[in-house]
Amino acid sequence: MNLNRQNKIHNGKKQMIWLSTPYIGWSLLFVVIPLCMVLYYGLTTDTWSFTFANVTHITEPGYMKALVRSVELAVIATIVCFLLAYPLGMILRSMHLSRNGFIITLFILPMWMNFLLRTLTWMTLLEGSGVINGILNVLHLPNIHIINTPAAIVLGMVYNYLPFMILPIYTALNNIDEDLLNASRDLGAGELQTFCKVTFPLSLPGVGSGVTMVFIPALTTFAISSMLGGSKIMLIGNVIEQEFTSLYDWHLGSGISIILMVVIIINMMLNIAFDAKEERQAKSIKGGKR
Amino acid sequence: MARELITLEHIYKSYGDQLVLDDLSLMIKENSFVTLLGPSGCGKTTTLRIIGGFEYPDSGAVVFDGKNITDLSPNKRNLNTVFQKYALFPHMTVEENIAFGLKISNKSQQYIKDKVKYALKLLNMDGFEQRKPDSLSGGQQQRVAIARAIVNEPKVLLLDEPLGALDLKMRQGMQYELMRLKNELGITFIYVTHDQEEALTMSDHIIVMNQGYIQQEGTPEMIYNEPENAFVADFIGDSNILRAKMIQDKLVEIQGAKFACVDVGFGQNNPVDVVIRPEDIELLEPEKGIIKGRVLNTVFRGVHYEMEVEAHNYKWLVHSTRMKEVGQEVGLYVDPFNIQVMNVPESEDEEAISELEQTE
Repeated sequence: MNLNRQNKIHNGKKQMIWLSTPYIGWSLLFVVIPLCMVLYYGLTTDTWSFTFANVTHITEPGYMKALVRSVELAVIATIVCFLLAYPLGMILRSMHLSRNGFIITLFILPMWMNFLLRTLTWMTLLEGSGVINGILNVLHLPNIHIINTPAAIVLGMVYNYLPFMILPIYTALNNIDEDLLNASRDLGAGELQTFCKVTFPLSLPGVGSGVTMVFIPALTTFAISSMLGGSKIMLIGNVIEQEFTSLYDWHLGSGISIILMVVIIINMMLNIAFDAKEERQAKSIKGGKR
Repeated sequence: MARELITLEHIYKSYGDQLVLDDLSLMIKENSFVTLLGPSGCGKTTTLRIIGGFEYPDSGAVVFDGKNITDLSPNKRNLNTVFQKYALFPHMTVEENIAFGLKISNKSQQYIKDKVKYALKLLNMDGFEQRKPDSLSGGQQQRVAIARAIVNEPKVLLLDEPLGALDLKMRQGMQYELMRLKNELGITFIYVTHDQEEALTMSDHIIVMNQGYIQQEGTPEMIYNEPENAFVADFIGDSNILRAKMIQDKLVEIQGAKFACVDVGFGQNNPVDVVIRPEDIELLEPEKGIIKGRVLNTVFRGVHYEMEVEAHNYKWLVHSTRMKEVGQEVGLYVDPFNIQVMNVPESEDEEAISELEQTE
């Protein structure tokens, strides 16, 4: 009977694979092939001979500076998002109301508005003669000069990507069984100890996906930096955009893209390695003794 | 006799407008195995959580070892809980789980090591130190949860339906193990269950609850043999519960037939409820019984046959090791000692079962 059931599951799996055909076709056309083209362009000269020159171009001061600054700003934006999202996740969890849907919607709502429109709005708010300074003038307060600074870019990143940090953290926190916290208290732990030893470690997977979902788009953005950073602050995304749209050097643009991909892959591998370490521990113990 | 360890005084608790515990008072003696028994929603788990400190009563007091602990948070109470779904920390190994409470109270490395080892040995789980909870079976997780609680040497162990998720065989094994543990540790167990068999097997003292009230408390034998009302009789084991008339002391009229009994003090010609356990009805030759009936159906249940016998407009549930054929005429006899007479509930609140299974 057991065998029968396994067979059934096996057959079921076979059938399920067919259902994924549209997706496989889609990603072949629009993910795999473009990726190959990026690699091809990035590793060739304009006479189509093989070269590493496009990739190694990153070591030139101007490009390096853009990459380092991109990483810096993305890290800062990720940290700010985390610091805002985590306490909020805790509050949302502690409310455990059916009204949760409403609160979540409230945080998702900004995402319904066009991304460029939102960023454009910040531009007009922060401008030298913008809305915020207008209000400050009326109140006879000193003006702020954030626009075209790294701070404005970070602000834009945080504003746009915060929901991607909130949702996974909230979901992870909300999935923690209340009885686990009760068990911790029952065993003598105070609120702070319970947080450090139970709540936070159990929310780490959520933090991990939140970090990835904020860090990667923040690292690759060019819209936020070009709107809120002016032309002075070049991020790696802007550099790549320029190569393609104004300098028409597809080979160099692809070469820099490869560098960016490598940075992202390193980030994700760190994340996976962190997850896998835990899993491997559990597995080796599982297999070790029975 | 053992002294009082926990007293609940006039506890009220409601969720929204639903009253869960209504003026509940109870006393638990030191070093006893006490079971809170009742159907789901009867308030037994809420009572346990109030003792554990996870819920606070709307009014009333919880007294532990002479001190009022009503408002004390769980981490300051000298008791530990085994949760319904074990609530083991999934990110910690078995060893870390068990050591959790000891680390919090800053015990020495050596002490923790010895204690964890001792607890695992006590629960036949040695060698499992480095395993993660999700690699353990339900029964093993159960043992870890118990080990995690008892290493802290609590005065009281609270157990919230801990065997509910286990299969029958494992459940029976764990019942004996829990009794052994209780005797070895010499601490008080407060156990919550809806399983009457579990309660009868393990407890020194059973508190039967329904709808936020205590229906009856006493030893398992008292609860089983002398249920105080129809709810208790119905909830604990199979039984025939009938509305009857007490003709005089030691004589009761059931479904129009007079039965000798041993109960006195119910007055004359007063309505009463009677309980007759199915195993206490003897099936004899038709003319030798008190009443005559006909076997309606027979089911083999392993140890005994379960039969339904129609007599005097009532379908009597009978357990017997000797089978009667369906349709056979039989005489029903009940020893006077085995007829349990109870007062009819006076109010709606006391009327705990929705309907008495009676045929007109």
